Amino acid sequence: SLNKIKTLVRSHVGGLFGHIATIKAHEYPDFVKIVEVGPRDGLQNEKEIVPTGVKIQLIDMLSGTGLSVIEATSFVSSKWVPQMSDHTEVLRGIQRAPNVRYPVLTPNMQGFQDAVAAGATEVAVFGSASETFSRKNINCSVDESMLRFKEVITLAKGQHIPVRGYVSCALGCPHEGHIDPSKVAQVAKSLYEMGCYEISLGDTIGVGTPGSMCEMMQTVMKEVPVSALAVHCHDTYGQALPNILTALQMGVRVVDSAVAGLGGCPYAQGSTGNVSTEDVLYMLHGMGIETGVNLAKVVEAGDFICNFLCRKTNSKVAQASSKTL
Amino acid sequence: MSALCIKLQLKGYQLFLHFNLQSCPKCLHLYSHEYPDFVKIVEVGPRDGLQNEKEIVPTGVKIQLIDMLSGTGLSVIEATSFVSSKWVPQMSDHTEVLRGIQRAPNVRYPVLTPNMQGFQDAVAAGATEVAVFGSASETFSRKNINCSVDESMLRFKEVITLAKGQHIPVRGYVSCALGCPHEGHIDPSKVAQVAKSLYEMGCYEISLGDTIGVGTPGSMCEMMQTVMKEVPVSALAVHCHDTYGQALPNILTALQMGVRVVDSAVAGLGGCPYAQGSTGNVSTEDVLYMLHGMGIETGVNLAKVVEAGDFICNFLCRKTNSKVAQASSKTL
Repeated sequence: SLNKIKTLVRSHVGGLFGHIATIKAHEYPDFVKIVEVGPRDGLQNEKEIVPTGVKIQLIDMLSGTGLSVIEATSFVSSKWVPQMSDHTEVLRGIQRAPNVRYPVLTPNMQGFQDAVAAGATEVAVFGSASETFSRKNINCSVDESMLRFKEVITLAKGQHIPVRGYVSCALGCPHEGHIDPSKVAQVAKSLYEMGCYEISLGDTIGVGTPGSMCEMMQTVMKEVPVSALAVHCHDTYGQALPNILTALQMGVRVVDSAVAGLGGCPYAQGSTGNVSTEDVLYMLHGMGIETGVNLAKVVEAGDFICNFLCRKTNSKVAQASSKTL
Repeated sequence: MSALCIKLQLKGYQLFLHFNLQSCPKCLHLYSHEYPDFVKIVEVGPRDGLQNEKEIVPTGVKIQLIDMLSGTGLSVIEATSFVSSKWVPQMSDHTEVLRGIQRAPNVRYPVLTPNMQGFQDAVAAGATEVAVFGSASETFSRKNINCSVDESMLRFKEVITLAKGQHIPVRGYVSCALGCPHEGHIDPSKVAQVAKSLYEMGCYEISLGDTIGVGTPGSMCEMMQTVMKEVPVSALAVHCHDTYGQALPNILTALQMGVRVVDSAVAGLGGCPYAQGSTGNVSTEDVLYMLHGMGIETGVNLAKVVEAGDFICNFLCRKTNSKVAQASSKTL
């Protein structure tokens, strides 16, 4: 097969000096799965504590949009993340739509057990490609966190509960700066081999560009099949959509986003964090890529939560749609 | 081996060939990203940006903005527009602005000239490059400049002929390239037709404008393919609006198709008259951040553009539309 590749390259490189346009072949999937993280990653980074009833209503609205995965809450200690202290009430209070999954974050065994007791049927664990971020964020080294996650994953497997893995700081760290793609690949591989069905690569501070996204993805794809990879791009520097586009061109078919672009960036005060689901949908649908999600209904859910928070949406599509003359 | 990537460095191009062997074991999926080594930024903030700002900006402030931009490394700064002040009051001080700016060496200062009168006034004020604005939408043309597309081409032909005679380069714009606020979908063949007319009349460069920002990589690709059959890609630029957040992925798509010239506005100045409260121009800072992050040179100093953006936003008492500028000013 290597010879086949060489022949292919030779025949195409030869054509390069003629009409370069002949090589163009951007491969986009027919379908992209959106993982909606607004109720968890979004609200977690909102300053105002949102009442349980409002969280439940938001999730119920999102359940009616066609989204197939909605990250509902996080079973972390309420001491660290007060916004998520009502995790049990939220998970028990939502109306679970058929064909929709509601993963919850479980950073450790305690969180996992509480989650299962509250009815969780899917969980997620959060690794980091940056040692410093790991220590500052969850108070232990990357290796120590992997041991914790292994416990959770082993227990989850035994109970047939799927586990999703996240790798934060995949394109840069607020403390360390540049992150070597090989470190991202190493953490992704560990989580995958431990049993995570999907690994979401997170540009935690939004510093990535199509250049660094491409390089990081190439390195990770040597260790984890692209069919098991997702991207979680933050829009702090406006780069989320071009980064997502780049990932799609490399074979990624799963994109994380948050309704209304909920959640800021704790490392750049006043700046945005999550890319908005509405803007991602607008791009994908415009490219003929199906998602199964109704954009207008997501805009409604975004309007609802932004009205409650008394702030403007971070979604440009929602902004433009509401004010089009 | 699940994936293979070969990077080829060719003259003027960085070519990435990716082979993903996993998604289909029976065949090789070949896809490539071709990016230029250098992209020229055409800064349209002082004209397209300010033209769409409600508050009238004093001449001195406009001049100071342009002078600051002149020190950033930008090689093209669209300075003003010689339109009737009745229609565009913001640009009524066009002569004073063009005469008042300090022209940096290696920087060009094109100005809009919608007709002969505007062209003559521009030349009298010292213009050394001009631009004309065509439309791919008949309705937009009639509502915006009160004539059909064909009639506008006749006007532009007069301007271009005169400009050629005086060795003044002319840049052409095609608005509504990816959609029209009145007509909706615009056939790419119409865009190609207008672009071709402007090019054949003598415009050295044609900037394809997504006037209401509705384009996506899908429609951008389709439109570019059609236009590129009529106009060489080396003569094409993209002018993407960010009203629906699609500007950067659209620009990325255009770059992958060979475009090397991108229009943008400092601080994302200028709103969208068709979606009240929404943004218009893509911000120069965010474009630079993306290009530099990809190893593409522009010759422009991002930090200095951020400074110029801060200056004008302070004057306008409003937040920048650039996410890079926002994040840079508040990073803890």
